[in-house]
Amino acid sequence: MKDKSHDPNQMTGAAMIVRALIDHGVQHLFGYPGGAVLPIYDEIFQQSEVEHILVRHEQGAGHAAEGYARSTGKPGVVLVTSGPGATNMVTALTDALMDSIPLVCITGQVPTHLIGNDAFQECDTVGITRPCTKHNWLVRNVNDLAKVLHEAFYVATSGRPGPVVVDVPKDVQFAVGTYHPPRKSDVHISYAPRVKGDASQIRKAVALLASAKRPVIYSGGGVINSGPEASKLLRDLVEFTGFPITSTLMGLGAYPASGKNWLGMLGMHGTYEANMTMHDCDVMLCVGARFDDRITGRTDAFSPGSKKIHIDIDPSSINKNIRVDVPIIGDCANVLGDLLQVFKAEAKRPDIKAWWQQIAQWRARNSLSYRKNNDIILPQYAIQRLFDLTRGKDTYITTEVGQHQMWAAQFYGFEEPHRWMTSGGLGTMGYGLPAAVGVQVAHPDSLVIDIAGDASVQMTIQEMSTAVQYELPIKIFILNNQYMGMVRQWQQLLHGNRLSHSYTEALPDFVKLAEAYGCVGLQVLKPADLDGAIKEMIAIKRPVLFDCRVAALENCFPMIPSGKAHNEMLLPEEATDDATATAFAGGKALV
Amino acid sequence: MNQPASAYFLEERHDPSESHTLSVLVQNEPGVLARVIGLFSGRGYNIESLTVSETESQKHLSRITIVTTGTPMVIEQIKHQLDRMIPVYRVVDMTLTGRSIERELAMVKVRGTGDHRVEALRLADAFRARVIDATTESFVFEITGNTAKINQFIDLMRPLGLVEVSRTGVAAIGRGPEGM
Ligand SMILES: Cc1ncc(C[n+]2csc(CCOP(=O)(O)OP(=O)(O)O)c2C)c(N)n1
Ligand SMILES: [Mg+2]
Repeated sequence: MKDKSHDPNQMTGAAMIVRALIDHGVQHLFGYPGGAVLPIYDEIFQQSEVEHILVRHEQGAGHAAEGYARSTGKPGVVLVTSGPGATNMVTALTDALMDSIPLVCITGQVPTHLIGNDAFQECDTVGITRPCTKHNWLVRNVNDLAKVLHEAFYVATSGRPGPVVVDVPKDVQFAVGTYHPPRKSDVHISYAPRVKGDASQIRKAVALLASAKRPVIYSGGGVINSGPEASKLLRDLVEFTGFPITSTLMGLGAYPASGKNWLGMLGMHGTYEANMTMHDCDVMLCVGARFDDRITGRTDAFSPGSKKIHIDIDPSSINKNIRVDVPIIGDCANVLGDLLQVFKAEAKRPDIKAWWQQIAQWRARNSLSYRKNNDIILPQYAIQRLFDLTRGKDTYITTEVGQHQMWAAQFYGFEEPHRWMTSGGLGTMGYGLPAAVGVQVAHPDSLVIDIAGDASVQMTIQEMSTAVQYELPIKIFILNNQYMGMVRQWQQLLHGNRLSHSYTEALPDFVKLAEAYGCVGLQVLKPADLDGAIKEMIAIKRPVLFDCRVAALENCFPMIPSGKAHNEMLLPEEATDDATATAFAGGKALV
Repeated sequence: MNQPASAYFLEERHDPSESHTLSVLVQNEPGVLARVIGLFSGRGYNIESLTVSETESQKHLSRITIVTTGTPMVIEQIKHQLDRMIPVYRVVDMTLTGRSIERELAMVKVRGTGDHRVEALRLADAFRARVIDATTESFVFEITGNTAKINQFIDLMRPLGLVEVSRTGVAAIGRGPEGM
């Protein structure tokens, strides 16, 4: 028998985990210790290649890893203990699944011989996380661990990215086995995502685009996920064709907001011109988006007269909600590259001057307008000022969920991809603060701002403490309307203005709260003081909690009411009580 | 269009539903069946019948046969959703290929005496069902065939003293020399 004692690949399962992280180039991981992961924490203690960021709640670790991943293009890594550690991760895993964020989450598990015994801090982690991961594994044998870890990284980051969980029982962490570096055979042969688009489909798409009179490009988070090359190619395509472009919430920044072909975001709270262009177009090119229900409105009235081309890496996104004419399965960058090449070589750009004239009329409606106010800060104005005062700086924005999120999407202009981190698919309140922590870890010298709501921010406020511990100068810019504004808006529009539990009776004093955490607290009440305070916030090189008191009852417009089509938007100047009542009239009307 | 107050667009779809038989080749590993079943329950798809067994043990391959119903768009979704699961090698829509054979096996227990007993035995013979257990007052028949044939046999046994039925669910395979 060979003497294995000097084989450098012989090691404990816990050591393998740290070694695999290093082999995959992981520099940071977010986690929280507990009994079932102590051997791994012991290994982390004894090395310095991977830095561990200790959060204050496992959900925070998950969202921090999401922010880290989305702002870098690298996978986010999380380490949590069994039982409650794993269950606390469920929200973040689901969030990452919905928004296609690559996460590798390692969970501790009770020793194999106790699995199924209702042992202390046991839960069926693979069972619980099966529907909220792209894939997950329970590793029962230390000699399978290296293979599974390598496969986990590959699955999380390839194809349509997503979260994965590797559940490692404590005895497997202690056991000694053989490690091997990543190799191709670590991956299921049944898993082979398709990246290159079908050439004949691409030709069909080009022919359609070249024949268009009223084209539109509708891009999504897939372009961001595909990497910077995809955004560059998207810009080239827009430049070459002169087509108008809109994007989903998740796709902001792929095409610059200052670009002349930019229509603004589309969908429920998108701009009038974006939605009208979608509705009236004759050829739609959807790149890396998924026709989600916030985008389409009523599906039977969605862009009724158009031929639709859909580029997506996930075949299950095709024809899920909307039937398309030319599906192209593949990676956005790959397909856009081919498409552009074919277009330039074989087709002529259509003349769409008349279409742009039509769009100019829609733009002239100025659907994001709001009335000015010198006495109270309007939330839209606050975002505009924040945008103006951070323009040209190296800025990353995260958000919570609610009206403030929509206003951030509408009024903050994103020039680059990977700069905008928001919970789109799941709509997770409490995402933004820990996401900002993760972004700041990845970009220590950048300006990282969480545009927050007063209700959302309290869901993960304890991560302020993490920011302080690691000297992460994140800025939490709370649009404090003292309401769960988005809930209240729906109650006003749909439930007879009965504001059931959407008002927070007791808000903390955010300035004192900031100070208690060792952060800086700022509060602004008047529009006249806003600019000065924002500049002060930017200048402070420590975490700041900014309590921006805004108009309490402002609502978010424009808006596509439920059950309506893109061309039935409610514009801000039309959103009088009567008009709103009519627009939302239906089964249970406003009376 | 009237709809109750909701943040969602509530739509009813009226496309006709179709029944499809899907053959799914998977890596035989722990949890793989739970993944497939979880997909169906989680996304609200129907399972009319499901059978699973390892078919190539050296390669650790199992074959799952699922009979499901849905609109053409839903059926297409089901196939894509199955196909993108990591341990799934292939999904073949046997109904679309139009060249498949489907069989299930049922064991049918019938209790009775006199004329009923004679009639049950006579029908079993006509259906090529075998007697695999007998007492003086009961039979267990084994019958294979497609779902319709088995349903028909069971219906005929009902008035003759049907006690219980155990069915395997549908297994399917393509005609001709090629594998899936
Ligand atoms: C975890 C979670 N719970 C509940 C909701 C439902 N919800 C959506 S927006 C919202 C209110 C958010 O209030 P706030 O953070 O103050 O933002 P605002 O809308 O006032 O800007 C709620 C409760 C959610 N999205 N996430
Ligand atoms: Mg609020």
